[in-house]
Amino acid sequence: MKRLSDFLVGEVGIVKKVNGERMIRRRLFDMGITPGAEIYMRKKAPLGDPIEITIRGYELTLRNMEAKCIEMEGNN
Amino acid sequence: MKRFALAGNPNCGKTTLFNSLTGSTAHVGNWPGVTVDKREGVYKKGAEPISIVDLPGIYSLSPYTPEEVVSRNYILDEKPDCVINIVDVTNLERNLYLTTQIMEMDVPVVIALNMMDILEKQGDRINAKELEKRLNIPVVEISALKNTGMDELMKVALATCKKERKGVTVLEHTELSHLIGDVRIALQGQEVANPLFHAIKLIENDEIEIAMHPQTVKMVEEFKNTFTNDLFGTDFEALVADARYRHITKNYSPLLTKKAKGIKLTSSDKADRILTNKWLAIPIFLVILFSMFHLTFSENFLFLSGILNKDWVSLAGTHFEGLFGSGEGIAAPGVVLFNLMDIITATLSGWIGEGVANLTSTEWILNLVNDGILAGLCAVLSFVPQIIFLLLLLSILEDTGYMARVAFILDKIFRKFGVSGRAFIPMIMGFGCSVPAMINTRTLADERERILTIRTIPFFTCGAKLPILAAVTGAIAMAFNVANVDLITYALYVIGMATAVITILVMRGTTQRGEIAPFIMELPTYHMPSFKALMIHLWDKTKHYIKKVFTVILASTIIVWFLSNFRWNWTIIEAKETMNESILASIGQFMQPIFTPLGFGSQLGSLGWVFAVAAILGLIAKENVIAGFLTLSSVILAMMAVNPDILVNAGVLSEEVLAELNALIESGEFGEDGYEVVAMIAATGIEIPGLISFIVFNMTTIPCFAAVATARGELKKGTAKWTILFWILTSYIVSMATYCILTWWWTAFIFVALMTLVICIIRLYNKKHPIAKRG
Repeated sequence: MKRLSDFLVGEVGIVKKVNGERMIRRRLFDMGITPGAEIYMRKKAPLGDPIEITIRGYELTLRNMEAKCIEMEGNN
Repeated sequence: MKRFALAGNPNCGKTTLFNSLTGSTAHVGNWPGVTVDKREGVYKKGAEPISIVDLPGIYSLSPYTPEEVVSRNYILDEKPDCVINIVDVTNLERNLYLTTQIMEMDVPVVIALNMMDILEKQGDRINAKELEKRLNIPVVEISALKNTGMDELMKVALATCKKERKGVTVLEHTELSHLIGDVRIALQGQEVANPLFHAIKLIENDEIEIAMHPQTVKMVEEFKNTFTNDLFGTDFEALVADARYRHITKNYSPLLTKKAKGIKLTSSDKADRILTNKWLAIPIFLVILFSMFHLTFSENFLFLSGILNKDWVSLAGTHFEGLFGSGEGIAAPGVVLFNLMDIITATLSGWIGEGVANLTSTEWILNLVNDGILAGLCAVLSFVPQIIFLLLLLSILEDTGYMARVAFILDKIFRKFGVSGRAFIPMIMGFGCSVPAMINTRTLADERERILTIRTIPFFTCGAKLPILAAVTGAIAMAFNVANVDLITYALYVIGMATAVITILVMRGTTQRGEIAPFIMELPTYHMPSFKALMIHLWDKTKHYIKKVFTVILASTIIVWFLSNFRWNWTIIEAKETMNESILASIGQFMQPIFTPLGFGSQLGSLGWVFAVAAILGLIAKENVIAGFLTLSSVILAMMAVNPDILVNAGVLSEEVLAELNALIESGEFGEDGYEVVAMIAATGIEIPGLISFIVFNMTTIPCFAAVATARGELKKGTAKWTILFWILTSYIVSMATYCILTWWWTAFIFVALMTLVICIIRLYNKKHPIAKRG
């Protein structure tokens, strides 16, 4: 299973499933991270965390902790 | 009067639209969450005046942050005549996600497609007519910034609000439609308003909704039991969100045609490459922060004093002597502004003083005007341009979108201390003014994080505390011949921030234990700050300060003058006698011993109570500290003129300073030139550690009235009194430590050892009593 937190900078992928605590999940949904959405991994913060992604045409930042909740398509 | 509500995502331009429509001057910034409470104005350009309500920006109508609840309840309970849903066309999908929720309510809706100018500039196009048809909601293209489409928008909204509208949902043709239909019919049977909206929220297991309709929940659960989905199982929240976005990408997104395919590099991206670069980001941030204070405070701008031959800078001999600095160095822009205002207020107060002298020769009136009112007011007014200059720099950081990046860069560091990077935005705003900073904490979803942030915001030295810093460090430079006082200023800012960090750590280990809130934040596109928005904001703040000067501070200076010139039996104190018989003195002397461990208490002798009084005056407004100083010191100078013996500290002052003081006393001009604090130093014998501890106390203690009232309003009941106690304790401990360490350097070891001990005890205790994880 591949998660968003495993992505390297520059990688693109499709969201498969969103897990995690209810409030975090709801927030991720509201921000447009739903199954089928395309995510581009833009960059990591200078200290490696949080990360910055492009989703639905805008920039969003979230922590590795939250990125772990996002399962991506593909199997490795 | 008709009432229209503005609703939309954070940072989609609602407040800009609100300002354009109402001619109002609400603050606009470039990061999500500038508006955190609703705000009302009136649109007057149409056929009839219309009340416009600006709601806080939200991504969804879920119940997780306070501002989402404000917007949701406003539309449901206050029933505006029309909701103007602002949609940022450059960020269509996520903006329409909120639209799909708003349209489920039984309220007329108009969509304002904002940022059309940016879309056109990018070469992209949108088929607004088709969007209108598919949504079945009127769509108007506007640009709030360029002020286009406003009248059209209001015309359409006025026409729309006359027709009743029933909520519709984009979930109609999904597998959920039967379930939604059943619940809606049940709610309709109970005569619930907005049945469709409530039905969908109930299906989503929305907490507010479950509390509102407890009897319906059971039925909904039964309906749900008959339903399963391959992908989500019975995760209805996910199902609904997914279905909304699916509908949007299928039906609305294709209406937007982009010129360039895929991800391209905009100028915003290029700026981001440098500003959030792996190696450069943190150094750049530190340089920006330093430059901000250097531009505002430095008396040796760009450190040019060594290079330039600088005698010409001082404008010696003219009326503007010292405006651009002195032989010691060139003044930074902030200092030039201060000097200019200082010259202006000094000249003006001279004229007013003369004018009053022509009208009357009654001594106490002259004293009241010169020493009581003019001295205090000038002291505060002189600082207004410098404060506004610092606010300008802060606003530029906000407006460009850099502030959100700072949260991104520093989140990991801040997490170590126990708050998210998001909390850093209100903290930095605290450098300007605590009040908006505290209100802004509403964008933080976690209650503990809000408490921590509100409590530590005052430690980020606000603009009103700046005069205390500048005047006292200035006096230290003069009286004790210390060079580079701006280094002391920086150090004091750092002490404030360090206090914030340490107290957050301690509270996170004791009263506010818990996990750190999630950090999921939109990063806005960088843009050039709008000159108009900046000026509006600064003008607003200038008005605020000037109003404060002529109300609260004027009143306090007059009261201080009276209390310091009258005895308890209401007889006036002639200058010959000592001020120590005054009402203020007896109050001050009563409080004086409390401040002994802090270095400005009983050790200062018979006039030392002035510091106690000034510190207490600061609880009303921080500007009062210096205004009070000036009033008190002009009385001291008047006393010195009669009785030179009160100069107890003559030994530590240089001959030059003493000569200046004597010249002032002889000339009878007591209200000018920054020698007031020097006079107080001379009269009380306070030394550098005591003075610095005095600044630290004022910086970290209970903030002004306005900030305390805001904190009370923002915090849950019962937390406010603990917060006040927290401020008192913190300021007492921190200034005591400052005083002790500066006087006896070896006490530093004791304080460090004590701190380590406390932290160890907390750590040990928490290891033995772990908290339950949140589910």
